[in-house]
Parts: sequence; C-alpha cells; structure tokens
Amino acid sequence: MTAVRHETDDADIGDLHEVVDPVPGAGAPHLPRQMDLVQLLTPEGERLEHPDYPLDVSDEELRGCYRDMALVRRWDGEATALQRQGELGIWASLLGQEAAQLGAGRALRDGDTAFPTYREHGVAWARGVDPLHVMSLFRGVDNGGWDPVALGFNLYTVVIGAQTLHATGYAMGVQRDGAESAVLAFLGDGATSQGEVNEAMVFAASFSAPVVFFCQNNQYAISVPLERQSRVPLYRRAAGFGFPGVRVDGNDVLAVLAVTRAALQAAREGQGPTFIEAFTYRMGAHTTSDDPTRYRLAAEVEEWKLRDPIARLMAYLSRSGLADAAFFAGVEAEADALAARIRSGTIGMPDPRPTAMFDAVYAEQTPPLAAQRAEFEAYQASFEGGERS
Amino acid sequence: MSAEVLDAPATQELTIGRALNLGLRRAMEDDPKVVLMGEDIGRLGGVFRITDGLQKDFGEDRVVDTPLAEAGIVGTAVGLAMRGYRPVVEIQFDGFVFPACNQIVTQVAKMHARSRGLVPLPMVIRIPFGGGIGAVEHHSESPEAYFAHTPGLKVVAVSNPVDAYWGIQQAIAAPDPVIFLEPKRRYWEKGPVDTSATPGPLFTSRVVRAGDDVTVLAYGPMVTTALQAAEAASTEGRSLEVIDLRTISPLDLEPVHESVRRTGRCVVVHEAPVTLGPGAEIAARVTETCFHSLEAPVLRVGGYDVPYPPSKVEELLLPDLDRVLDAVDRAMGF
Repeated sequence: MTAVRHETDDADIGDLHEVVDPVPGAGAPHLPRQMDLVQLLTPEGERLEHPDYPLDVSDEELRGCYRDMALVRRWDGEATALQRQGELGIWASLLGQEAAQLGAGRALRDGDTAFPTYREHGVAWARGVDPLHVMSLFRGVDNGGWDPVALGFNLYTVVIGAQTLHATGYAMGVQRDGAESAVLAFLGDGATSQGEVNEAMVFAASFSAPVVFFCQNNQYAISVPLERQSRVPLYRRAAGFGFPGVRVDGNDVLAVLAVTRAALQAAREGQGPTFIEAFTYRMGAHTTSDDPTRYRLAAEVEEWKLRDPIARLMAYLSRSGLADAAFFAGVEAEADALAARIRSGTIGMPDPRPTAMFDAVYAEQTPPLAAQRAEFEAYQASFEGGERS
Repeated sequence: MSAEVLDAPATQELTIGRALNLGLRRAMEDDPKVVLMGEDIGRLGGVFRITDGLQKDFGEDRVVDTPLAEAGIVGTAVGLAMRGYRPVVEIQFDGFVFPACNQIVTQVAKMHARSRGLVPLPMVIRIPFGGGIGAVEHHSESPEAYFAHTPGLKVVAVSNPVDAYWGIQQAIAAPDPVIFLEPKRRYWEKGPVDTSATPGPLFTSRVVRAGDDVTVLAYGPMVTTALQAAEAASTEGRSLEVIDLRTISPLDLEPVHESVRRTGRCVVVHEAPVTLGPGAEIAARVTETCFHSLEAPVLRVGGYDVPYPPSKVEELLLPDLDRVLDAVDRAMGF
C-alpha cells in the first residue's frame, strides 16, 4: 500500500462564521457562498456546469433519480403516518434529505459498501433494501431485517458515529484484498463532534483507506444547531486530517451524484479518503418523538421549502423535455402502490418468536445461555396454552 | 510453521510472554486473515514485547502500528472483521481499554445478535491486566466484570504458559469476540510447553491441584497465589483443591460444583473489587447449585472497593497467600 499525498485545502479560512449567519430575525442558516458549494441544479431547476464535476448521466438515470426520490418520500410519509397510528414505535424521517441520500446511494457501485446511520432510508432504497426490512426495525420486530453482506449495506447504527470506524476498518480490509471498491460512511453534522468520528478520519488518513465520509449537514443535532458543533464549515475539517473536503448542495441530486462518484472513484484508485459535506436541511422532526417548533422558527423551514430537492429536478425534467406528465403520473401511481404495500406489510408483520432473543447472541452457543434459554422455555410453557402473551 | 518453531524441541521452557508470542506467530502462520493491531506493537514489539519480531516477519499490513486511539483500534478492527479478517487487538494496559468500551459494548458484543448471525465478529481483544508491577495509576486494573456482564462477549484469563500458548490460538480461531486477559505481572514466569500437544477446549475450567477440605477458585494471576496457599496449607495438614477458572464468560462451573459437593467449602480469589465482581456471581451460582452440600458460605478474597491504590501500598489490596489462608481458616471455622 502506498500512501497518497493530497493537496489539502489551504484556502483562507477567515470567514469562520459564514454558515451561522442568521437570516435576520429568523436564525436560519443561509446557503453558503456559491464559491464553496458544488451545485449542478439550482433551486429553480436550471442546470449549471462545474469545472471539477462534469456530470455523466443518461436521461434514464435522471428520470431514475426523480423516481427514487419521489418513492422514498412517499415511503417516508407513510411511515410517519403509521407511527402516528401506533403501528411503528418511532420513525426517523428523511424528509428534505432525499437528494443527498439518493445521490450518494446511486453513486455506489456493485462491490462498494455503505455504513449508514439510522436515517439513510434513501440509501437503503438505492442499495435494494426492501422498505419492509427497515420498517421492521422501527416497529420493534428486529434490528433491521436485510442481509448487510449481500446488499453491501450495513445495518443501521444508532450510536452516533460508531459506524465511521467500522467503515474505515472495512476499507482497510478492502485495501488488503487489493479490491477495486470503495466504502461510503454516513454521518450527520452532530456526529462530527464525536471522538470516534475524528478517530475514524485519523485512521483513514494514516492508512489512506478507500473510504468516503458522507456528512449530511441537516443543520440540527436533534435541537442543537450546527454552530454548537463547529466554528468552521464542516468540509474544512478535512484539511486538518490531510484529505480533501468538498461541500455540495445536498438538495441537488445531480451535484451529490457527481461529487460522490468522483470521491468514490478516487478512493478506488488508491487516492484515499474524501470528506463530503452535503449541505441540506431536515424538513421534519428529528424523529416522531421530537417537536422542532421548540427550537426553530417556521420562517426557516419555509425558506428551505424553496430549495426542495424533488421539485427542482421535476422542474428541470419538465422544462428540458426529459419527462412528461405521463411519466410523473406513472411515478405517482407507483408511489401509491408502494405505500399500500408498506402499510399492509407493516401492519401484518408478526412479532418475533419469544425465544428469538436467545438465537444469535453467540456464533457458538454457551452452556450457561443454553440453560437460561431452557429455563425461559419451561417458564413460558408453564402457562396455559403453552405460552404467555 | 516458522523455522523457529519447527527447529525447536516440542517441549520448551517458556515464559507466559514468550508463549503468547509463539502462539500469535503460529496463529498468523495458520491463517493469513489474522491481523494484529495496537499501539507500539510493530517495530517496538509492544511495551511488554508480546509481539516481538512479528512485524519483521509478517509485514506492516499484518502487524499494524496504529494511531494512538483505543476506540479507533477496536472500531476499525470491527470493520476488518466484517470484511473477513480476524483482528487481534492489543490494548496496551487494562486502564486504557475504557475509551474503547463504547465500541466493545455497543458494537462488538452485539453485532452477531443484531444481525441475526449474518455478521459474525471473530476478533480478540488482548489486555494485560491486574496489578503487582509497581506501576502508576491506570496500569493495574482488573476490568473483567464489565466485560463478563456484557452478553455477546467471551472473557478468558490465562494463568500459565501452556494456556497462554494454546489459549491465544484458540481465542483467535473462535467465531465470537473474545476479551483475552493476560496476567501482566506473571509474563516472565516460566513453565514447560509442549507445542505438539493437543490442547483441551478453551472455555473450560480445570482442577489444577486436587484436595479435600476447601475448594479455592482463581483465574489469571491469582492461580499461582492460590497454588502457593494450597502448598502452605498442606504443611498444616489442610488439603485445598485449586481450580483455575480460565474463563469468566461463559463460566464453566461443572468442575466447581463437583468439587464443592465433596469439600463443602469454597473460596473465590480475584484482584478485582469484590462488590459485584466475578466472585459474587460464582458465590450465587455455587449456593444455588450446591446449597445442601455447603458447610460454610462461599467466601470471597479480592480487591477492596477503592480505586487502585498507589503502588507503595498495592500489596495491601492484592490478595496474597496469607489472605487466601485466612479465608480458608474462616471457611473451616463454620
């Protein structure tokens, strides 16, 4: 393995507080200065070119991006409704972050591996995870029903930032295997304060591991705004670790796709890690247990509505003649069918077997746990009908 | 197998430290997926020299001098294990494992269960543990109860060169994560090791001295202490049966129960603080299982419930021959 030296971003960092300038009277984070932000599609749906990130994407892929985002948004809305109706214990909405997640998810290739947080439903979709396997986690049936190995999509990680170390270690394994694949580690703005995330970036840099850190800066760690996590724009942290940092408009699926593809390809080619800050906004609550009206103003949310990731791609596809009304109606019908499948599948999901909790504690069962399981089974069997429920 | 091991006679006089070194070497030869990770384990060979010479022979990709970050070491080892490697992590001293506890408890211990067995984590976390070396604070701790209390982990503590040599290889070959505790103050104690023998199973306890009057249980560095106590007791006509527990999770108490049913008396010895330490669990289980055979309550000899003291007085905290014999006297007095 050869460590590859990167030219670090030694640009002037005098403008420390650019992100935290409030909208007068609102406390809203402004979109960063254009020069710092990779954008290929404006909020109005106009295509831009960027010298470093030419977009190589077919018309079919463009329509695919729209379809994915629309379907995932519908899934997300259905999940929120199901939680309100008591069918899920909790739901962590991705509303507003569809472009960040589908852009990143679609940049992955076969053989690549992603390590999500607990909000990456869009990436799960892109990797081919059945939404019902995500729903089972939030219903309390299991910890995620998909096969992380087969899909190259790890189980969700709830402990903030812990998965960034797994991603880095996994990338060190990819490196030892001589494989031409890359690893994508997801994290949020709050996670950048975690020691483990910083350790992950140290390890990734020191070993030039083929890992890309994809940070969705949705402006809030539950209620705490970004300025409590960082005095500098997050993407500039990468310079301190010695690898490139890029800030991309996280509500622009084309820019996210282009930037993530480039970073993953650099990793595959042995150029080491990249940190991507996808500048976005959590339109909903942190989870269904949260009340964002206690810590942010409606005006801020209204401002971000104007940057909606799906509306801007729809505008572009329509205006450029890449999609017509029939296409959009088709996606809408597909979303209806998906929502119906998710609803009936979730409600019909059986509880796990009582003994399932004993099943896989160890690969090699231990005698004391086997004895405890037998005690539990005998206790259950002592109730009339053979099982207490 | 390396020339060094091949050329050596089957039975060698080895220190515990050297036995671990040879065991690691053999595990690396047997399985190319075994990767050692830790602070100073490469060029230096580790602060206790347990990995001495291994980087030179196996290269920097398999014996990795990591950045100085314990959570980073364990967390990246998790990722390597997910990729199909068998990482063996060295934590430099017991007191430095705590920054890695988030990874060990929330990730390492749970990954197999939460993935319904789809993501096994065969990894070993080696920790030199216990006191008695005159060290500054955080270098003499006995953290085994924290890990034994965590479902999903297996915890072993070796006491002698034979178990060190075979145990480390068996822990590496095991399909589950293993916390592997090494008795640092006894790294330099020697014994004969037959490297051509067939080892017994890892997660089992073993009677290391037969006796009739009192069953004394110990693991790691306290096994030698218990054996010394048994020797001293024998001069006074008392016959102690000493059992090396060898594994703290899962506990293998069948031999203990068999012994206590004969002796009716049981003393548990460890350096860890007694309150909610391994001895408390063992006392409860022995009482539940052998209640009608007991002539005395199960007694514990362990560290006091204080932060590990400065080294000039550490011997006052550490169980020694006299404290073990005192407990034996009390057990006999019931």
